[in-house]
Amino acid sequence: MSLIRRKNVPESSEAEIVDAEDDKKSKVPERKNRQWSCLDTCCWMVGCICVVWWLLLFSYNAMPASFPQFVTEAITGPLPDPPGVKVLKEGLKVKHPVVFVPGIVTAGLELWEGKDCTDGLFRKRLWGGTFGEVYKRPLCWMEHMILDNETGLDPPGVRVRPVTGLVAADYFAPGYFVWAVLIGNLARLGYEEKNMYMASYDWRLSFQNTEVRDQTLSRIKSNIELMVATSGGKKAVIIPHSMGVLYFLHFMKWVEAPAPMGGGGGPNWCAKHLKAVMNIGGPFLGVPKSVPGLFSAEVRDIAIIRAVAPGILDKDLFRFHMMLQHVMKVTRTWDSTMSMIPKGGDTIWGGLDWSPEEGYSPGKRDQNNNGTETPDNSEDENLISDAKHAHYGRIISFGKEAAIAAAAELKRIDFRDAVKGRNVANSSCRDVWTEYHDMGFGGINAVAEYKVYTADEILELLQFVAPKMMARGSAHFSYGIAENLDDPKYDHYKYWSNPLETKLPNAPDMEIFTLYGVGIPTERAYVYGLTNSAECAIPFQIDTSAHCADSCLAGGVYTVDGDETVPTLSAGYMCAKGWRGKTRFNPSGIKTYVREYDHAPPATLLEGRGTQSGAHVDIMGNFALIEDVLRVAAGATGEELGGDQIYSDILKWADRIKLDL
Amino acid sequence: MLSFELKGKFGSAMGSLASVMRFLRSCFMEHVKVSSLLRFKSNEASEKKKVVKATDSDRKDDHDGVLSSDGKVTEKVEKGRQNKRERSRACKCINSCCWLIGCMCTTSWLLLVFLAYIIHASMPAVQLPEFPGARMKREGVVANHPVVLVPGIITGGLELWEGKPCAAPLFRKRLWGGWGSGCTNIFRSPLCWTEHLSLDYETGLDPPGIRVRPVPGLIAADYFAPGYFVWAVLIENLAQIGYEDRNMYMAAYDWRLSFQNTEVRDRSLSRLKAQIEIMYATNGDKKVVVLPHSMGAVYFLHFLKWVEAPAPMGGGGGPGWCAKHIKAVVNIGPTYLGVPKAFSTLLSAEGKDISIIRAMASGLLESELFGLQTVEHVMRVSRTWDSIISLLPKGGEAVWGNLDWSPEEGYECGLEKKRHFQADSRENNSKSSEENSSLQVNHPKKYGRVISFGQEASQVHSSKLPTFSKDFMHTSISTNLNASHGKFRTEFDEMSHESFDKIVEKKVYTTTDLVDLLRYVAPKMMRRAEAHYSHGIAENLEDPKYNHHKYWSNPLETKLPDAPDMEIYCLYGVGLPTERSYVYKMSPSSDKRKGIPFRIDNSVDGSDDCLKAGIYFVDGDETVPVLSSGFMCAKGWKGKTRFNPSGSATYIREYRHKPPASLFEGRGLESSGHVDIMGNLAMIEDVLRVAAGATGPEMGGDQIHSDLLKMCDRVNVPL
Repeated sequence: MSLIRRKNVPESSEAEIVDAEDDKKSKVPERKNRQWSCLDTCCWMVGCICVVWWLLLFSYNAMPASFPQFVTEAITGPLPDPPGVKVLKEGLKVKHPVVFVPGIVTAGLELWEGKDCTDGLFRKRLWGGTFGEVYKRPLCWMEHMILDNETGLDPPGVRVRPVTGLVAADYFAPGYFVWAVLIGNLARLGYEEKNMYMASYDWRLSFQNTEVRDQTLSRIKSNIELMVATSGGKKAVIIPHSMGVLYFLHFMKWVEAPAPMGGGGGPNWCAKHLKAVMNIGGPFLGVPKSVPGLFSAEVRDIAIIRAVAPGILDKDLFRFHMMLQHVMKVTRTWDSTMSMIPKGGDTIWGGLDWSPEEGYSPGKRDQNNNGTETPDNSEDENLISDAKHAHYGRIISFGKEAAIAAAAELKRIDFRDAVKGRNVANSSCRDVWTEYHDMGFGGINAVAEYKVYTADEILELLQFVAPKMMARGSAHFSYGIAENLDDPKYDHYKYWSNPLETKLPNAPDMEIFTLYGVGIPTERAYVYGLTNSAECAIPFQIDTSAHCADSCLAGGVYTVDGDETVPTLSAGYMCAKGWRGKTRFNPSGIKTYVREYDHAPPATLLEGRGTQSGAHVDIMGNFALIEDVLRVAAGATGEELGGDQIYSDILKWADRIKLDL
Repeated sequence: MLSFELKGKFGSAMGSLASVMRFLRSCFMEHVKVSSLLRFKSNEASEKKKVVKATDSDRKDDHDGVLSSDGKVTEKVEKGRQNKRERSRACKCINSCCWLIGCMCTTSWLLLVFLAYIIHASMPAVQLPEFPGARMKREGVVANHPVVLVPGIITGGLELWEGKPCAAPLFRKRLWGGWGSGCTNIFRSPLCWTEHLSLDYETGLDPPGIRVRPVPGLIAADYFAPGYFVWAVLIENLAQIGYEDRNMYMAAYDWRLSFQNTEVRDRSLSRLKAQIEIMYATNGDKKVVVLPHSMGAVYFLHFLKWVEAPAPMGGGGGPGWCAKHIKAVVNIGPTYLGVPKAFSTLLSAEGKDISIIRAMASGLLESELFGLQTVEHVMRVSRTWDSIISLLPKGGEAVWGNLDWSPEEGYECGLEKKRHFQADSRENNSKSSEENSSLQVNHPKKYGRVISFGQEASQVHSSKLPTFSKDFMHTSISTNLNASHGKFRTEFDEMSHESFDKIVEKKVYTTTDLVDLLRYVAPKMMRRAEAHYSHGIAENLEDPKYNHHKYWSNPLETKLPDAPDMEIYCLYGVGLPTERSYVYKMSPSSDKRKGIPFRIDNSVDGSDDCLKAGIYFVDGDETVPVLSSGFMCAKGWKGKTRFNPSGSATYIREYRHKPPASLFEGRGLESSGHVDIMGNLAMIEDVLRVAAGATGPEMGGDQIHSDLLKMCDRVNVPL
């Protein structure tokens, strides 16, 4: 084109340029022009995009490394020093070796042996990282993430193993940190691989099975011993997060127990090797969230999706039909989810008409904090009086009426002996078989007729709807409260991860911290309804239409104070009361400290997930928490940190719980 | 080429990004107009002009609307036209550029997709042989003994834990190995990179303010670079018979440090000990099979002594530790007696590869391309790495030969190739061997002269060499400080011309002389390193001085631990030309002040394959000569010797090199190159069998292709 034009330009004056163009156009055959307009435009577009993309890439690469920080500072003013720098300036440096214990879900799993469909995935991450495989071959992925329904171990021909080293849980997905910020700050004090250890384990297994299959507990023991020995006898600081808290509780009992079942470390192992256990967001007494997870494979997030776009989850979207059933089928084989069923029954979590959190009003504390608005007094009172009606003890209620009604008005029909009735299972459901298909309509109706389930009854409910799963799980976990801790039956490992059925080790110099976020609504109780859709579907689901005047009940979920996942009660009770001083659960009088961090959402987008967040995972980037951890790692005691730091009503709630100590 | 063009374009475009964007926008408008114009083409000719003019004024309006909001149409016609013309030309240019790039991109994508499809479709036709792991699993071989992998020099990854501001975003990213995100940084600021990789010249430890640490875990050395496997193939095969993280451990260590310093700084030896103990305990008291590669073999030898030595210097494991915990040490391409390559690296920072680059493009390395003095930097950095000293040839003239004598003499370089031809064309054996023997007499190579100045000096009889005392090496060096090179200084800069001349006058150096020479030219480095390594032969192993850790990595100055049931394997490749000695020359005088006074004389070529580009070759695996990897297993430790008092059994398994048959095999399934051997199927099978419990005799004992035994007989070390 350009050639032709050049030829034409000399003979045409400036004014005739249009004619020149005309001539050219008339000379060029019609078909070619059409090509330019379609195919070439495509090429032109692609070229443009490529060029812009390259330019951006080039400028990104040429950009000095400090540029993002510079921009952030220009917009938000100078950032506070990261805690690592701050503490380093005070002259603190590396002292005690540090062990991280990641929680459920956050640690990576990689493939060591698989079926044919996993070609090329050897030693690639199936869990964590980019999750590319989930989209490419979901059913294959599913098949490898699932465990054996009977044993809770690997299905035959599949070996999926935890990733080892700090990379196991530093980032969950690219850009989504879990431990990375903490590791970075510890490194500023001089920490490195030799005095930091990530105790990664397969979080799908029951705790004792990680030892049976992978010898994970033995490795942790040996690594702690090694690090203590190579850092000149300085005891280790353990930092478990989320379910890692329970895992490490299990470890402390295991390591001192005699050899065949335990680690054979002898009665003083913990006293000799551990300086402090700094539990971050620990679900000591379980999380109510795990109940709907097991019961109907849904939590608030999924329930919200259902409310916003009903039908999406039930459709054959992405050729991945019956997603929820698949999720349920997989998660029910993971023993670890059962470690987080609420523990302590009605004593801790409340009965039909009382609960430790009653009277909690989420709006109140927020307004106190903000102090900007002064709402109508009458409305405030309304809130409180409404909140008094919230029966958090009823973890599952069928229908909103049942959730609100007074205890005396409830008409309940016992489900335990109900005949399960006709089997609804048919051949079309076979590939997503869940235990619900063994239950007839009778059983399902019986469950719904009982109306309300408290923490104790939840266990019976789960046993009723999923007997096989609970049989497998109850061999590894227990949810009760010990009458007499000296009973020899408590030597069995299934009690080790329940703080209400074990004694802490004999280590009076050890310190136990519990660090968690508060100020975020956290799931506590659910309103359920029956589904009447497809035959293969899960028969129950959260009733997202259930709302209350107060914000406690929204979308069928009652919320209390917590860190979005773990209610304050579960994270704080043991350290605030159960282990405080010398109790029967803490015979040697290990000192305990409660450190709460009030949630403040990130001020700007540039802050990412915030440096003052209190959310369950985001708290790992909370500067105040990191500073506390660094100080303890550098040798500070709980007293030097400033003892307890409490924002929530945990002490009041703990007093309402009537538990022999 | 393309990328170069693009980069140029980027450079010019960067400055005016905003204007380009404006252009693009207006171009887009123009473009739309043009395409809309085209629709009128089919109209009648008489109407054409009118219509076009109408649209033209429309267009002007449009322009003015875009560029100046308050423009008056009539006034600005002329200006607008001129503007438009310029702009339209620029637009056309940019348009066609974009179009071109777009075309190329789309065609290359299409090609890629197409090719991928074709290759995928035709893949079954090019069936690769099955991995030994999968086959053996079917035969019922399962994981038995826990396995420890000990990587060698260079192949292990290093990551940054603390650095200067220039490396701030690289925290916990790889500086070495992997070559992922750290790679861009190397090109962005190479000086920053070399600064972080070098160690302190005095202590051989971290420079202040910098902490670079080995990557832990299997990822440390599974792939050296994306697609370039080191351990990955072996790991996959081990996994196929049931290995996983709990019974497989990568003993990653910082390969830049001296062996004892890895313990002092990182506790690497203690960790290795603890890991072996825990794997032994958790796998039902099964002893461990150790797989060291390359320098890892020497490192593990050090470990064997360290672990049994008493506590302050050693690991305090007690005298029975090795016997209790270790089933077999399966060395892959071990560098037991060192490699001659280490001399050329330390003296002039060049091996075969660099000297070939120099021969092909002689100006490339000298010219201060990219503002760098590449070779000088390599030398400066690598001289701070103590571990390289551990690779210097050990045993002196008794092992490596002197002026007139060497164990390899009579080695025929063309032989390997001929053997290949034999195998292919099935020639008569006796005939060709006669030929070989006739060839052999011609040039008895004097491999003992590891470095000679000038080709002549490397060949003449020793009596014709100038007699020259080594005394000059003991005189103090006249200093010749040159301020201009203060930053990139190597110790050569402290020496005067006279001393260079003296060095060259001596003409010929054997291994013993070379160690002296190194002490002369780099006294500080050798003082630092010789606190950690020794390269001699022990007279009397009972001498208490041999309890010092500096002797532990030299097989000729230590006794093996008391572990009669432990087996030692030497697995290595043969059939590749391997550097053995060098012909040197002075650097051109203009370059002398630039740091390195000597270099390999790459103009020297011999009549046969043995001498090429200034380097004499012998049999080996391209890096380690057969003598170094095989001697200890073939002779030094065979039976009960003074180096092996408890009589641990030793086995030699050699693998003859076969280049990859087709491109699909990548680096070859029967290759025996120093690193490529990790993908050699025969070797993998042997390793798996040992790991699954086989003993040496079950594997078939020794398997020797080279002239190793003959060479060993010539070596005169009292056993």
